[in-house]
Amino acid sequence: MAKSQSSIPKEKLMWMFETLVLIRRFEEQAKREADQGRILGTHSAIGEEATPTGICAHLRDDDYVLGNHRSHHHCIAKGVDINEMMAELLGKATGTNKGKGGTMHIADATKGMLGANGVVGSNIPVATGCALSAKVQNKDNVSVVFFGDGASSQGSLHESMNLAAIWDLPVLFVCENNRYAESTPFEYAVAGQSVANRAAGYGMPGVTVDGQNVIEVYEVAGEAVERARKGDGPTLIEAMTYRYHGHFGADNPMGYRTPEEQKYYEDKDCIIAMEKFLIENGTATQEQLKAIDDDAKARVEKATQFAIDSAYPDPSELLSDVYIKYP
Amino acid sequence: MNKEHRPLTFVQAINEGIRSRMREDDSTIVMGIDVAGAAGKAEEGFIDHFGGTFAMTKGLIQEFGTSRVLDTPISETGFVGAGVGAAAAGLRPLVDMMFVGFIGVCGDQIFNNMAKMHYMFGGKVKLPITIQAQTAASGGNAAQHSETLYSIFAHFPGLKCVVPSDPYSAKGLQIAAMKDDDPVVVFQSTRLMGVNFNQHVPEDAYELPIGKSRIVKTGNDITLIGIGTTTRTCIQAAENLAKQGYDAEVVDLLSISPLDEETILSSISKTRKVVIVDEDYPKCSVASELSALAAEKAFDFLDAPPKRVTAPHASIPYTSVLEQLHFPSVDNVTYACLEVMN
Repeated sequence: MAKSQSSIPKEKLMWMFETLVLIRRFEEQAKREADQGRILGTHSAIGEEATPTGICAHLRDDDYVLGNHRSHHHCIAKGVDINEMMAELLGKATGTNKGKGGTMHIADATKGMLGANGVVGSNIPVATGCALSAKVQNKDNVSVVFFGDGASSQGSLHESMNLAAIWDLPVLFVCENNRYAESTPFEYAVAGQSVANRAAGYGMPGVTVDGQNVIEVYEVAGEAVERARKGDGPTLIEAMTYRYHGHFGADNPMGYRTPEEQKYYEDKDCIIAMEKFLIENGTATQEQLKAIDDDAKARVEKATQFAIDSAYPDPSELLSDVYIKYP
Repeated sequence: MNKEHRPLTFVQAINEGIRSRMREDDSTIVMGIDVAGAAGKAEEGFIDHFGGTFAMTKGLIQEFGTSRVLDTPISETGFVGAGVGAAAAGLRPLVDMMFVGFIGVCGDQIFNNMAKMHYMFGGKVKLPITIQAQTAASGGNAAQHSETLYSIFAHFPGLKCVVPSDPYSAKGLQIAAMKDDDPVVVFQSTRLMGVNFNQHVPEDAYELPIGKSRIVKTGNDITLIGIGTTTRTCIQAAENLAKQGYDAEVVDLLSISPLDEETILSSISKTRKVVIVDEDYPKCSVASELSALAAEKAFDFLDAPPKRVTAPHASIPYTSVLEQLHFPSVDNVTYACLEVMN
């Protein structure tokens, strides 16, 4: 891990480490829940923790984040309560969405998390609209949408980039390029072999960043968020990352990639790299980092117990929330 | 017909139907997200990782190659629209759009081009395209991946819409759809994919006619109409009713557009009562259409108003305790029948 560590406040660095670890432990538990058949498989974000962590480190509660089908890490980085998230996964009334949305739709408006989304590319225009709202109301909050390399081929991204660019909207388009759309390789599906380059066509900055390096993501995001807050318009960020597991619970990724490739990325693991960085720079000791990890494990265990102990929604909830009022 | 019992699963029957069309007609292609999978990696030893999200197109790429089995980027507007264009220009595409809710992405191509081109071009262009889409709430896929949405397709003139209910109908309708020169949408229920039907499926490339329903159980006391998954629900409800001394007839709709009015009306005229079971949302639905048909054309025969048993007017919830309430249950259907009869 490289540069300018001195410019990043210690509490920010430590928050990022805590967030990376908390996401990892949460996702490991979600996988265990699925493996034990208590829930349907989720879309695991293990391996991809650094991108939302480095970006959300710059965000406030009144900034917006919108996600996709693989969004637990976006939610945690944006500060959504993990007790409520785990309860949502288990379909309980205490969940973020009262058990109605589940893994692909976790949302918490009080934290500015306007939802994961199961339809690829579907949230990109919505995020653009959140940014429009900020601009029309003369507010300085920003909007961030996370999507995969798969979604970069959807018209919704291109239409949104054009809108955001002509109106100078405060939005960050963040592509988490994990190299596979389900099992379809990036090299096969994305012409020009770059998502970031597509920004040029819309006259906005397009930046490629190492998505396994939280410090680099943090620095790139800092510039983009500042640009957006100042009213200078959108940025497209392509974070090169990797998901360690399959597309969803039951998918075995060894059907489309080699163990050598997997190892190459696992060797660049974002948590191990950050650990090394913090220790080498004297920001924290091994013991302190272990204590943080232990704390994350304890929090996830507590969240799981909270979820297990919570009640399922009342059957009447089937018909609530369809409308606010429907005479 | 083979004499030996040759049971296939719902998915295997569809796969066999597709394969037979591809062998029969070189202009037939298959397109969609991960219809094979691991695209471009055959040289590294990776091929056909998924064979479609539900393995309905498994094994096709090995036999027909990458020029006829096309993995697409996640670009529904692009590849569904490309299917329309390819059909207009001489191919016979089968486009897998995965979950039917993704119609939200590519509706323009289906509603404004696929449904209309033949008519608005004065009949001078034919579009022999088949769209297949997966339906139904099958265990925690939540609001966007669990829908059924028959009615929005059937609403459009120009589209034919069919819904198989078991392996036999799945193969026969798949072949009929892919041979048809009009655009056909095939709805495939994910709730039927894990069912052990133990049903004989002939090896030959038979067709079930589009626009025809079938009677899967004859009876005289009440008509139950099922669509796809709910045909099974109706059969199970009929078994319950038999235990209580009622002899129900079960109509398996199979075709939503066109509707087989003759079969439906003659059954209703005979039993004088009808319960329609649809897992789609109730408003402006196929169930409503069938209810209207019964009221308009069999009014004089009816002893009771037509009754619909459907999903509620609410999106599909994630949690299992609510999801199971969303689907019309055997008990609900049985109860509705008793209500109508008493």
